[in-house]
Amino acid sequence: MQILQLKETVAFMRYRKVALIFSIALMLASVVSLATNKLNFGLDFTGGTLIEIGFDESADLTKVRAIMDSNGFDDAVVQLYGSSRDVVIRLSPREDVKAEMLGNQVLDILQAGTGQTIDMRRIEFVGASVGDELAEQGGLAMLTALICILVYVAFRFEWRFALGSVIALFHDVLLTLGLFSVLQLQFDLTVLAAILAVIGYSLNDTIVVSDRIRENFRKVRSGTPEDVINISLTQTLSRTVITSITTLLVLSALFFKGGALIHGFATALLLGVFVGTYSSVYVASSVALALGISKEDLIPEVIEKEGADQEEMRP
Amino acid sequence: MVLFIVAVGALYASPNLYGEDPAVQISGLRGIETNAATLDVVKSHLDEKKISYLSLVMENGQILARFNNTEQQLRARDLLDDNIGDEYSVALNLTPATPAWLASVGGTPMKLGLDLSGGVSFLMEVNMQEAIVKVQKSLVDDFRTGLRGEKIRYRSVKEVNDAINIQFRNAEDLASAESYLEKQNRDRDLVFFSDEDSLTLSAKMTDQKLKETREYALQQNITIIRNRVNELGVAEPLVQRQGQKHIVIELPGVQDTAKAKEILSATATIEFRLVDTEGDLGAALNGRVPGSSELLKERNGQPVLLKKRVMLTGDHIVDAGSSFDEYSRPQVNITLDSAGGNKMSSSTKSNIGKPMATVFIEFKPTDRVDAEGNTIFEKVEEVISVATIQARLGKTFRITGAGSQSEAHNLALLLRAGALVAPIQIVEERTVGPTLGAENVKLGFQAIMMGFGLVFIFMLIYYRAFGVVANLALGANLVLIIGIMSLIPGATLSLPGMAGIVLTVGMAVDANVLIFERIREEMRAGKSIQQSIHQGYDAAFSTIIDANITTLIAALILFAIGTGPVKGFAITLSIGIITSMFTAVIGTRTIVNAVWGGKRLDKLSI
Repeated sequence: MQILQLKETVAFMRYRKVALIFSIALMLASVVSLATNKLNFGLDFTGGTLIEIGFDESADLTKVRAIMDSNGFDDAVVQLYGSSRDVVIRLSPREDVKAEMLGNQVLDILQAGTGQTIDMRRIEFVGASVGDELAEQGGLAMLTALICILVYVAFRFEWRFALGSVIALFHDVLLTLGLFSVLQLQFDLTVLAAILAVIGYSLNDTIVVSDRIRENFRKVRSGTPEDVINISLTQTLSRTVITSITTLLVLSALFFKGGALIHGFATALLLGVFVGTYSSVYVASSVALALGISKEDLIPEVIEKEGADQEEMRP
Repeated sequence: MVLFIVAVGALYASPNLYGEDPAVQISGLRGIETNAATLDVVKSHLDEKKISYLSLVMENGQILARFNNTEQQLRARDLLDDNIGDEYSVALNLTPATPAWLASVGGTPMKLGLDLSGGVSFLMEVNMQEAIVKVQKSLVDDFRTGLRGEKIRYRSVKEVNDAINIQFRNAEDLASAESYLEKQNRDRDLVFFSDEDSLTLSAKMTDQKLKETREYALQQNITIIRNRVNELGVAEPLVQRQGQKHIVIELPGVQDTAKAKEILSATATIEFRLVDTEGDLGAALNGRVPGSSELLKERNGQPVLLKKRVMLTGDHIVDAGSSFDEYSRPQVNITLDSAGGNKMSSSTKSNIGKPMATVFIEFKPTDRVDAEGNTIFEKVEEVISVATIQARLGKTFRITGAGSQSEAHNLALLLRAGALVAPIQIVEERTVGPTLGAENVKLGFQAIMMGFGLVFIFMLIYYRAFGVVANLALGANLVLIIGIMSLIPGATLSLPGMAGIVLTVGMAVDANVLIFERIREEMRAGKSIQQSIHQGYDAAFSTIIDANITTLIAALILFAIGTGPVKGFAITLSIGIITSMFTAVIGTRTIVNAVWGGKRLDKLSI
């Protein structure tokens, strides 16, 4: 079976100006949204207490809220979580009570207030300082990842590709974060992990494309760099699409079956895979092209030998 | 070769197929080990109450009794808890029901993370500022006594930020103080600066010293927490440092977090007191305790009559360690701060030759609460050592005759616990109830199966015969991931870890997609089928390596920097990337060669 059978080369690069404007517009929108809407940080980052409880029958949220209110927890956010019987209560960090005792206290209050047996499903307490450190660490992790990848790709390919792929990664991360900000989805630790996985996935795609571009610069004797990139993108397109499909398939399994706890994770990856697929076609190659990649940069002095390409690493 | 590796993977993945037996685990507290005698006691108790068990063994100094069902397990726990004494803790446990032959080759099931097994995890932060301040305070104390002893006059000794400033009245005093203090503190990693204009001498701890102080504070807290966690009676507790100032504590299966928290944050202290040698021990045992004394017990239950007056409290202890004396007997070395040294010196002066006891005092939470609902803490006192005062003791002294090397080591630990250099605080707590844990396992498993199934069907439709090959590789990949996860001792499977496996399933086929697309391309370009297969594999190889190595870089960084859920995800992702390279490239190549290799083919089912 074939989904895509392209007889002719698609002139991807002809639309690169449109794509450029499109990407820049989206990136700007992301930055604006991140600046105004901010991210809806989860407990991991903000600190506070989260209590997940399960009722035997459908939960009466109004009643739970009333009980919380009358016991001095008027800042409690009470929501259904995953099913109609599971309720999540979020409390912001507070000074007066010993925070680590809060979970059990709330549990007792609700037990007494509703008169029902309540199943404690999960209590999480995160101190405020931990959240700050985490945000710092998370940012550091992304930065380190980007730098390491930059170095590896520059070493294996060429600095223009390296810069291209890192810009593509930056683009993916920014857009995914932007979407999380626009949709006000909760950003917690698992989402951070998902974004780093997006980096990995998008990179995978970009490397495959760059690898083909390098190969074609050596093989295809005629044609402008633009042509070579178009040929390469066309050749790898069906692989790009199929891998995206298989990844999206497993992600939808996670999204629908994985449960509420990894919903955010699956969402981030789903968004990231879309963005990553687009960016490996348009962003990475366009940047390399704009930086003036040419045949000379990639033709090794000694013809076709593994390791020989390391000679032309110097720009 | 490929078959062998997959077979080994399958072997080590297989323990996960067997369930778990409910068990009761009995372990000794405070360095006591269970022995054959304890085993007999346990056996007789169980036999007496006719509680049948699957097995009763002693391993790693612990006794493990397996039962058929949880009802028997709970009965046995209650029975043993009541009868076996305070020196042992009795904990419920689930032991893998791995057959003996599998266990003998090192086969164990995967360890489940807290989000899957249920339990509580704490992240505790050590207050490093406090640790530094304590050291500085003792330095201030030291400088004062030292200068006074040398009759060097000073105006004041004060801590200012991270330095200690000493003010003098004239330049001579400053100069002589500098030379004296520098000499005195040569090996204490301090730097001195003198300022002639303001007549100030300031001392700073070197970075090395600061680092050591922090490290010491962390290690000390970990040691104390380990001791306390052992008393909680949790089957497989984990106490681990995380980064520079955090300690992670994982208590699988614990639901009553309030109790756990109270025990973890219990305070302990040490007191040195004289043994009442004049009082009549026998009379005291019958209830006639002299007014100035009280009756305490040693660890082995031996009663000791002690004077009520405290010679010295544990907060003067700066350090305690164990070593050997000149006759290579184990000893405990204790260092006090200068105030403590003076006290010790004056209180031992007139008591040479008399026995001195070290009392360990812990404030343990009880089940009772007071009128305001606060837990009542019970003061538990225990004599941990009795030694004869050989000479007038000063700032540093030693206790010999503490018994074995491990007992001396334990004593040193307990002494240090008396002076916790830095307080700790719970900064993060996550409790997962057993129902949510079980549900997470179910959901994760379903997601893996569904993701796997979808990719399986897709590959079959898209690549037909070659799709079958890719699917075989995918199955082998899954088996290898589970096998390796089971084999690595530290690896735990968490919900994000399961997500990592799902993601790997999706991305693992990428290598095959790359190869198969390349083969199709070569065929379209008019190459012979055998040539196409050959070139497809060759050309795709370097791409696959590059793509996977970069993803691996991202995964490893996640592993290095991430904590908790992120780490769990990074582990499965990294393992998945490595195994998928093996199965998707070498694995499929082997199958393809075996099926299609060396034949003249006109058509290929791809």
